[in-house]
Amino acid sequence: MEFGPHLLLATLEGAISAAVLALIAVGLSIVFGIMRVVNVAHGEFYMLGAVMAWWITSHVGGHPAIGFLLALIVAPIMVGSIAALADHLILRRINYDPERTIVATIGLLYVLQQLTLMTFGADARPVEAPFNMRIALPWFENGVDGWSMYWPWGLSTTTYKLAVIVAAVVVLVGLWLFMTRTRAGLIMRATQLNRDMALAHGIPVEKIYALVFGLGAGLAALASVLVVPIQQAHYLMGGDPLLLAFIVVIIGGLGSIPGTIVAAILIGMSDGIISVFFSPTLAKILATLLVAFVLIFRPQGLMGKPAK
Amino acid sequence: MNLVSTRGLSKHYSGLNAVSDVDFDLPQGQIRAIIGPNGAGKTTFVGMLSGRIPSSSGTITFNNREISALPAHKRIALGMAYTFQITSIFSNLSVHENVALAARSLHNSANTLSVDQRAVDALRRVNLLDRQEQIAGDLSYGHQRLLEIAMGLAQSPKLFILDEPTQGLSAEEIEAFVILMKSLAGDTTILLIEHNMDVVMAAADYITVLNFGETLAEGTPQEIRTNSEVQAAYLGTANA
Amino acid sequence: MTKKSKALALHLFTIASLAGVFFILPEYHSGIVARVLVLTIYAMGYNLLFGYTGLLSLGHALFFASGMYGLGLAMQYLHLSPITGLIAGLAFAAFVSTVIGFLALRTSGVAFMIVTLMFAQAGYLTILLLGEYTRGDEGFVIKQSQRMISGFDLSDATNRYFVALALFSVCLLIIGWIVQSGFGKTLVAIRENEERAKMLGYNVQLHKWFAVIISGTMSGAAGAIYALLFGYVGATFATVQYSIFPLLYVLLGGAGTTIGPLIGALFMFYLIDISSQFTNAYLLIAGVALIFLTLYAPQGLAGVVRKHVIRWLP
Repeated sequence: MEFGPHLLLATLEGAISAAVLALIAVGLSIVFGIMRVVNVAHGEFYMLGAVMAWWITSHVGGHPAIGFLLALIVAPIMVGSIAALADHLILRRINYDPERTIVATIGLLYVLQQLTLMTFGADARPVEAPFNMRIALPWFENGVDGWSMYWPWGLSTTTYKLAVIVAAVVVLVGLWLFMTRTRAGLIMRATQLNRDMALAHGIPVEKIYALVFGLGAGLAALASVLVVPIQQAHYLMGGDPLLLAFIVVIIGGLGSIPGTIVAAILIGMSDGIISVFFSPTLAKILATLLVAFVLIFRPQGLMGKPAK
Repeated sequence: MNLVSTRGLSKHYSGLNAVSDVDFDLPQGQIRAIIGPNGAGKTTFVGMLSGRIPSSSGTITFNNREISALPAHKRIALGMAYTFQITSIFSNLSVHENVALAARSLHNSANTLSVDQRAVDALRRVNLLDRQEQIAGDLSYGHQRLLEIAMGLAQSPKLFILDEPTQGLSAEEIEAFVILMKSLAGDTTILLIEHNMDVVMAAADYITVLNFGETLAEGTPQEIRTNSEVQAAYLGTANA
Repeated sequence: MTKKSKALALHLFTIASLAGVFFILPEYHSGIVARVLVLTIYAMGYNLLFGYTGLLSLGHALFFASGMYGLGLAMQYLHLSPITGLIAGLAFAAFVSTVIGFLALRTSGVAFMIVTLMFAQAGYLTILLLGEYTRGDEGFVIKQSQRMISGFDLSDATNRYFVALALFSVCLLIIGWIVQSGFGKTLVAIRENEERAKMLGYNVQLHKWFAVIISGTMSGAAGAIYALLFGYVGATFATVQYSIFPLLYVLLGGAGTTIGPLIGALFMFYLIDISSQFTNAYLLIAGVALIFLTLYAPQGLAGVVRKHVIRWLP
């Protein structure tokens, strides 16, 4: 393939990673923004979503779309409930102390991951996409006869991949409407602004926190259900998305949802594009160093405004 | 000779002038009280002297040296001690270790007394010696205030800044405190933020009144007591 | 007896019992204890920063790996002797911790944790990127013929145990001395109340920096000693998991106590060793332990002993 078509393909793959990453990172971001909790176990909630999707689809017969639709609804709710329970049993009891919370969520990471290993096993398992039509993409070339259109071999995508992008956008818009237009969303944002004040106004902060933690985890699970027909479910699949989501949240400005989405598009696209052309290891090194230096020299994020 | 001088010292917090354009001179050996209503900028002002709060503009001279650019720990090393308005001690460490930390920070071999002796000495002066093995956080509030003062004493400072030291002390302890301050005067220059006017009148040689971040008046306790502007701005309302 | 001499007595007693225990332990277990002693050095280095200074790093595997690869690469490619290799490992770890300390200490709290995590991750990935020399995940073996100091074979089980014990003892005594010194007490003051320590005239930033350097160098020493005694250098030791282990050991044994790291490392290593015979999900133990420790015993075993039984515990 020539450079042009190759770049188009890389951009498409990048858009899919960006869409999925935006969902994961927004989940991490609202948890940090509202609860001030750095959830290291976030990647495991993502993994659990994929594993549950496999479990559900393999137990439901008929057309693959039936099982998948069921998974799309049930898996995020189940993962969200597990997260809310973890919040209730663990995080609430250590009073959301920032450092102890990180240590506890590291523990949670191991528990979820290892329990999955014990029950689900070490193999990667596929989930069939509900629909999966290949779409060949055309390319234009300026040859001796002027512009002409042709169909380069290998330049294609699937209807499912495009649907993932659309689904992610719909969910993010829905989340935005929920946070800005509904009473529950307003209460969440009020809790973010001032916890004590919210308590004083009779807002049930504990319930809100459990809800937010569940919502964050549910978004990660939703992302993984969407991605599992492309990627397969595996008990170690949470590590890389966690790292990328961290990178996105930090570069976008901790706790800022618009910043997070912009950063997710930036990182997701460039991760897709860079790893097509360069060594993925080098790309990861540069990304981790970028996070470290952003935190050191621009803690408000690349896009946030300085505090003063 | 002035131990401390400020010229045009100011602090702005996003549009709000907490302290504006204060010229201030504190002669060596004096006991100076800073008074003023809540929010007059007293704590901000002494915070800027000690380097805890960075100033927005203006200069600070300490012991004939321009210190405006120095970080807090270097200013302390030049001979300042600072006690916090809101008690700030090492509450999980013993009373003795709290004071020893204060004595040790600037200890050098030129000092004839050991760190331990200086700590014990400071604790004796505030009457906490019999509690030195206790965990500082277990002390009563009043005793924690005294511990703060002992930490300042153990630093043997040239300038001793105290932010509302008598808050929470009993009448007896306040009396002992005033005697202690008087005994330090001469060697040590004392800068005192104080709300208790009896303490101010009894202890201070000279008084600076701040109001809305500016110097409203300066004078001896007698002069301040009779100053009508001060009465209007502060004494009148506070002592009403 | 003063507090100081009691502490010294406790440390000497610990060392003597570890020496004595060798003669009653079966070979399999003396091998494990040797490994635990080296990992305890790592945990003691970690504890100086976390337990005594109050800085929680999630990236100490970077320092451990710096020592390990500093020694390993120097011995493999420059054919240095074990002693000069050890010096190379220490020097490299000291260099890395100086730079990382300088950068990471511009942040605090949660940001410090993430920054250290990211630097360590970048370090791990760099080892993979330079796979041509480091052999990546697979790692490389330091040949037995190289692990000899004028006829003294470091791969022999008895020698290995006592070399590990000797180096552990040196580090324990160094830590014991540091925490009794004015420097160590200042670190505790910074942990307890940073603002107050600053307003007593301590250069808090400089003290923290020294703490990172000492902690990082001691962690690097552990990595170098590990490579030397067990003859293997691999990227696994640079993973996040190896940054979590010392945290786990220290939390379990008791943060801010000199013997806590030993207790925690012994306990946890055996727990994982035993459970790995039954299941491949042995890290479950680590996860459960982390959660229970944060919930119910943030002071760890030695911390509980200090609070309720022996007040003078160093």
